[in-house]
Amino acid sequence: MRKLLSIVAALSVAITLPYTADASPEQDLKDFRAYFKKRFPQVEFNEFGNGVYAIDAASRAQWEAIEDFPPYEVAIENGKTLFEKPFKNGKTYASCFPNGGIGIRQNYPKFDTAKGEVVTLESAVNDCRKANGEEPLKTKGGDIADLVSYMAYTSRGKKMNIVIPNDPRALAAYERGKAHFYAKRGQLNMACADCHVTNAGNYVRADLLSPALGHVTHFPVYRSNSGSMVNLQDRYAGCNKQVRAKDYPLQGEEYRALEYFHSYMSNGIEVNGPGSRK
Amino acid sequence: MTNMKRRTLLKGTLAASAVGMAIGAGLLTPRAVLAAWPKDAFEAKSVDAVVNGLFGSSELEGNDKIKIKVPDIAENGAVVPVSVEVEMDGVEAISIVAEKNATPLTSSYNLGPNTEPFVATRIKLGQTSSVIAVVKAGGKLYSTGKEVKVTIGGCGG
Amino acid sequence: MANTIKVRAKLAGDVTTVKALVSHPMDTGLVKDKKTGKVIPAHFIQEVTCEHNGNVVLTALWGVAISKNPYLSFQFKGAKVGDKLALRWVDNKGESDSGETVID
Repeated sequence: MRKLLSIVAALSVAITLPYTADASPEQDLKDFRAYFKKRFPQVEFNEFGNGVYAIDAASRAQWEAIEDFPPYEVAIENGKTLFEKPFKNGKTYASCFPNGGIGIRQNYPKFDTAKGEVVTLESAVNDCRKANGEEPLKTKGGDIADLVSYMAYTSRGKKMNIVIPNDPRALAAYERGKAHFYAKRGQLNMACADCHVTNAGNYVRADLLSPALGHVTHFPVYRSNSGSMVNLQDRYAGCNKQVRAKDYPLQGEEYRALEYFHSYMSNGIEVNGPGSRK
Repeated sequence: MTNMKRRTLLKGTLAASAVGMAIGAGLLTPRAVLAAWPKDAFEAKSVDAVVNGLFGSSELEGNDKIKIKVPDIAENGAVVPVSVEVEMDGVEAISIVAEKNATPLTSSYNLGPNTEPFVATRIKLGQTSSVIAVVKAGGKLYSTGKEVKVTIGGCGG
Repeated sequence: MANTIKVRAKLAGDVTTVKALVSHPMDTGLVKDKKTGKVIPAHFIQEVTCEHNGNVVLTALWGVAISKNPYLSFQFKGAKVGDKLALRWVDNKGESDSGETVID
């Protein structure tokens, strides 16, 4: 708690959104949305789910050309095959998820009150595997990216609906994620918010910075850069690496907390994953 | 005699029965029946050498009937959408050349008699470069190009 | 190598538009593996052919500058709904794959 308060103190100079440790998530979300609405008045709320393509016509045109036949279609197909393949014990992923795992992506991450921790779709997939005697999948790329791509695809059109139950542990996880998002880090001393809130719509060298509102809806993404599918936390790792900050384990507590907060901020925006990005 | 064989192969009555089945049965590797890959053209380091390697001539006539669609600024040099549409009759081949790539020839397309003079693909650009469409029609060569800026640096990497 | 080709063919008026997406690394031979420091050898599709009713509609000759997981689109006349379209590729290692679709 003391650590959190010292981070808050350090942050009070750095950011432009009102940040108080005892503001509620609901108030945070209101402020977040108001900030982006003011910064990008021409962008309709749901369009924020398209990130930079909602704010830059030239890159949007290239994105639309790729979306005409996007490489992530291969990931969706492969993901479906993986999703439907039974485990050695005969059960399938459907047995671990509400609604058989179809059309549920918008509810993740969720706070599992029984386990007392944040569960992401990726960690739920691996929990399912472990519960059924299978080895967990690598937490980035490959099969897990394809599986989550398929599951995201079945949720297209459904609005992000992250819930923070009235449980101090859930609130603590949310606050931890929020602290991570606003904390300056790494040799370059930059916070997620520096680029994606304060400088959303500006350029960092050749890259247009995407607004954090609607950030999570289109993940996993097929990146032209690598020609492969990238999960959200893999991108967190990439960003932290680029500001030369401490690396955190994928699907560890820190990134799950970040994803919890980050996803809550996209509530109300339709899932449109998997997506294509540069 | 050779003319007849060639016509048969192209029109397919023989292809469907013998050649097609042979490919299906793995008896004929596709390489044996496809056009030879123009190695010299693909390894050429200048636009002139590319065109010479492909068509035996590098006399290109500028032409505004070639519509080349490329972004002004590539979002990512690894995947640049390109399309070429030609408003001319008798187009036999379309080639896409990236002037500043180490080996400029990206691809070349040989069109069948009923094929429209249009092709679209996604190419890699190593740096800011003109992307040139070279069109062979009615025995002559035409071209048009557009510059695409490629920028690197930031956090997209 | 199987199932690397996704192809769609749609007839509108008298023109069939074909769109294909192929799963292939299209390695240029100019990139080093970050872990081993060794050059990843060139591995790219050199030829793609498309056949309709036994006729070669298009021969695409590709080099290393075609993007990874390549895309191709073209159009031709003379087909009907229900006709079959076959697409084949061969790469510089002699590997190949083929796929078929029905024009709709």
